[in-house]
Order: sequence, then C-alpha cells, then structure tokens
Amino acid sequence: MVPLTWYLLLAAALFCIGLFGVLARKNAVAVLMGVELMLNAVNINLIAFWRYTGLNQLVGQAFAVFVITVAAAEAAVGVALFISIYRQRNTVDVEALDEMKG
Amino acid sequence: MQIVFFAILTVITLGAALMVVTSRNLLHSALWLIASFFGIAGVFILLQAEFLAVVQVLIYIGAIAMLIIFAIMLTRRIMDPQQPRFNSQWGLVGGFAALLFVGLAAVVTRVAWPVAAGEVPVDAIAQLGADFVGVYAVPFEIASVLLVVAMIGAIIIARDRE
Repeated sequence: MVPLTWYLLLAAALFCIGLFGVLARKNAVAVLMGVELMLNAVNINLIAFWRYTGLNQLVGQAFAVFVITVAAAEAAVGVALFISIYRQRNTVDVEALDEMKG
Repeated sequence: MQIVFFAILTVITLGAALMVVTSRNLLHSALWLIASFFGIAGVFILLQAEFLAVVQVLIYIGAIAMLIIFAIMLTRRIMDPQQPRFNSQWGLVGGFAALLFVGLAAVVTRVAWPVAAGEVPVDAIAQLGADFVGVYAVPFEIASVLLVVAMIGAIIIARDRE
C-alpha cells in the first residue's frame, strides 16, 4: 500500500500550485480556479487521513463532503460577483479593480 | 501495483494543475482544471472512498467547472488582445509557494502519523448516510441553509438591473 506521507505530499504540492495560481494570476476567474485547487488539496488530505488513521468513523468523508458543499456555494457567489463586476467595469482584471486601495 | 496507479494519478493531477495556473488561454485553464479534478477522483478511488470520488465528479466537474466555464464565456472581452497571464508579483509568489511546499514536505515526512491498518467497512456509504442525519445533522442542515443563501445571493448579485 502507498505510504500515507505520499498522499500528504501530493496534497501539499497541489495546495502550493493552487496558492501560486491565486496570488500570481491577473484574471479573477483564474484566481477562482486556484482556490478550487487548494480546496481539492484539503479534500485529498482529509480522505487520506480517514483511510489511514480513522477507519472506525466516517468523520473524514463527512468533512470532505462539507468542504465540497462550501466550495460549490462559494464558486456560485464568486461567479455572480465576477459577472456583476464585468457588467459595471467591462473587465475582471484583478489589477484594475483597486477601488479600495490606499 | 498501487504505486503505479498512484504515480500515474499524481502526474495527471499535478501536471494538469500546473497547466491550470500557467496557461495563457483561460478556457484551456478550465479544461486542465477538469483533468485535474478527474485525477483527484482517481486518488479518491485509490483511497477506497468511492462515494467521494463520484461526488467529486458530479459536483466539481459537473457543476463547479461548468460554472467556471460559464464565467469565462460571460466575462470575455470581444477585442481582447493576448493579455499577460501573471500580475506584477508572480516571481515572489513562485518563490514563496516553492518555499511553502518545502516546509510542508519537511513537516509531513518527519511526523510519526498514527497509521492504523484496517479494512474499510463494507457498509461505509450506509454508515455515512446514517451519520449525516444522525451525528452530523446540525452541520448538514447548516450546509443546506448555506446553499439556499448562496443561490439567492448569486441570483440577486448577478441579476440584470433594469
């Protein structure tokens, strides 16, 4: 069987790639995609820990289902915000949306 | 044999994720995201959480990825020249993300996790269902309220203002 640490390393790598996507991309939808990658990394962690250390209870799977639920709700609201912003400003470039700066 | 599958799924997941964050074309990024989600569903199957794998495909690929593709289509500028992908701080962020991965890997490989060998219960899905309406009934209800609120909020935010 694959050792637990390999799954955790996979999740850590996915999280760091998602983090790079969130902080380094210009388009707001690309930022949202990075956030989804980070949430998936968390899910991999949860399920790996459930499988290797917590098989007598299902809290790992339940938690992962809740994470997916919250991710879906957040993606919906986020996309609605992007569409509304695009209608007003004709752009979703994160560097152009700096009204609250300074 | 599991190691071979794990290696293949790791290459798919991480490779697609890298293409998501570095692709010039936003729609290609969304398609690479779908590939990454499939890889993660495969990882869930490898971890014997089949219900989670199906939920991952249904919700993440079937709903969230579709939503993201809609967002890309609806926020496209018709006369869009080839925009730069990264903002001004991408070098710093790349260094920080790599550093974070090194730190996480150092911690993860040094902790003695309490690994307990065992078999997945045969009726895991039935148990999960019973748990959702039993032990986790309150978070379950709160999650459904959250979904309704998100749906109403999204409709109001994206509504056409006449």
